[in-house]
Amino acid sequence: MTNDETKKAVLDIIADIAPDEDLSNLKSDLRLRDQVQLDSMDFLDIVMELRKRHGIEVPEAEYGKLASLDSCAEYLTPKFNALEAKR
Amino acid sequence: MNSRSHYEVVILGAGLSGLAAGVRLAHFGKKVCIFERHNAPGGLNSFYSINGRKFDVGLHAVTNYVPQGVRGTALSRVLRQLRIDRSELDLCEQRQSRITFGKSQPVTLNFNNQFAFFESEVAKHFPLEVDGLKRLVERIKATDYSPQAPVLSARAVIKEFIHDPLLEDMLLCVPLFYGSAQEGDMSYSQFAMLFQASILEGLARPFDGIRPLIKVLLDKYRAGGGERRMKCGVKRIKVNAGKVSVLILDSEEEITADVVLSSIGALETTALIDNQSNADSNLQSSPHVTEGRISFAETISVYKGEPLELGFGQDTALFFNDSDRLDYSAPKTQIDTRCGVVCIPNNFIFGADRKMPEGIVKITCLANYSLWTNLSDEKYKADKEAWYMQMQRSALKYYPSANEYQLKGSLIQSDMFTPKTVKRFTGHLNGAIYGSPTKNISGTTAISNLYLCGTDQGFLGIIGAMLSGVTMANTHILTKGGVEA
Repeated sequence: MTNDETKKAVLDIIADIAPDEDLSNLKSDLRLRDQVQLDSMDFLDIVMELRKRHGIEVPEAEYGKLASLDSCAEYLTPKFNALEAKR
Repeated sequence: MNSRSHYEVVILGAGLSGLAAGVRLAHFGKKVCIFERHNAPGGLNSFYSINGRKFDVGLHAVTNYVPQGVRGTALSRVLRQLRIDRSELDLCEQRQSRITFGKSQPVTLNFNNQFAFFESEVAKHFPLEVDGLKRLVERIKATDYSPQAPVLSARAVIKEFIHDPLLEDMLLCVPLFYGSAQEGDMSYSQFAMLFQASILEGLARPFDGIRPLIKVLLDKYRAGGGERRMKCGVKRIKVNAGKVSVLILDSEEEITADVVLSSIGALETTALIDNQSNADSNLQSSPHVTEGRISFAETISVYKGEPLELGFGQDTALFFNDSDRLDYSAPKTQIDTRCGVVCIPNNFIFGADRKMPEGIVKITCLANYSLWTNLSDEKYKADKEAWYMQMQRSALKYYPSANEYQLKGSLIQSDMFTPKTVKRFTGHLNGAIYGSPTKNISGTTAISNLYLCGTDQGFLGIIGAMLSGVTMANTHILTKGGVEA
């Protein structure tokens, strides 16, 4: 899995959680929260959808790593790849 | 082991809170089953048919309306959490509603979904109070809804800002009629929630009423793999060592569950508990849960033609009271026609190409549960007919251009529910529409794997009920101890 694929996976989740947000011009180095209106319930849903769709666990202490698309990619891509290697 | 079915979560009641909780839980892979005693889902907001004509039971309006694009409110939160696209609900805004109060010289405050308009109405009739209203609204917007917040009286808080008792009653009446289980007053946080939902945000209606909303929830629930058993209530809950051990269904079948979420009411749930370890232990952590007494009668009249043409004007809803002070309490007579609500479903803005096929006028008044029960069938029927007429007359005083004889000629069908009907279809003690005055915002009980959602948890209105199911499912099941499995 590449970083871009990870970003796409996260964006797909956000698009389903918040279909009323425009995601076409997101800057991947800026905080998601500053660009789209996501509250704590929405962030929890991102975490829960990652687990449901991809089997990826994000411990509460590491929620901060999901702040921007870049940080999501950096944090989640190794997790995606580790899971793929197991299969 | 025996052949009992086991579920991760069992939900009692297929009302809006139970369905919403079910949608969340099923979506995230929980093995969940909803048990509903009746054949129709929706609970307080259900539907029925007579002679092929479809009626909604509870729905006057969906509160919490905000325009497309406004985020961070209850409506957008519920839609996101349930993965509902806003267009699926087909929400149509109200035209205009009003509050008309007073004995000799009634005062009318009109309102629509623009709060500035309501504020200008207050400025017109209560010029000295408008600054107080602005400060009250700031207070409402900053309300702390957490379970730890102190319980305050709504009247006491309003009085800090508003001095005219007439305006106090008028500001309180929409929240009272649309959600208060308490007589005379309500808790401040419940008032703030409903004032926000109905006056600061607004009223709307799906063109086809409550059915499409329930259908959306059922479809999502089914798509997530949730199970549903209709005409099958839970009649006993066996508790052992502080935990639910077995649930016994109306069919005598026994099932087990890791967690039980009950939307049927706090005292109604307590009544099911068969405690094997300690007969005295109470469901509630706080022992003072009181029975609700607020119930209503509602007439529904179906007319040939638009209510506007029959003299009902543009009103979406009218809140009326013709006594000195608003007496929101269980009346001493079968029905109290001095105050009430008129709702005209035709008067939402459906768009130029859509019109309801018939005119509908609903009139709702406070009613006394015990005076409607234990009547012979004959007397019950006769009393309903007599009060139907009295309720029409009390409401028609506010529609001088409507003519009783013309209305009679245009009337196609009518129906009426009483507190007895409410009891029969919701199971609420005393037919108390809004449940117990004691709310349990945290939803936790003295039984470790039993939680409340819905009316007695305390989020109100249709959107509030769904938010209650969502919040309780999230807090007590999906994210318990963090989101890790």
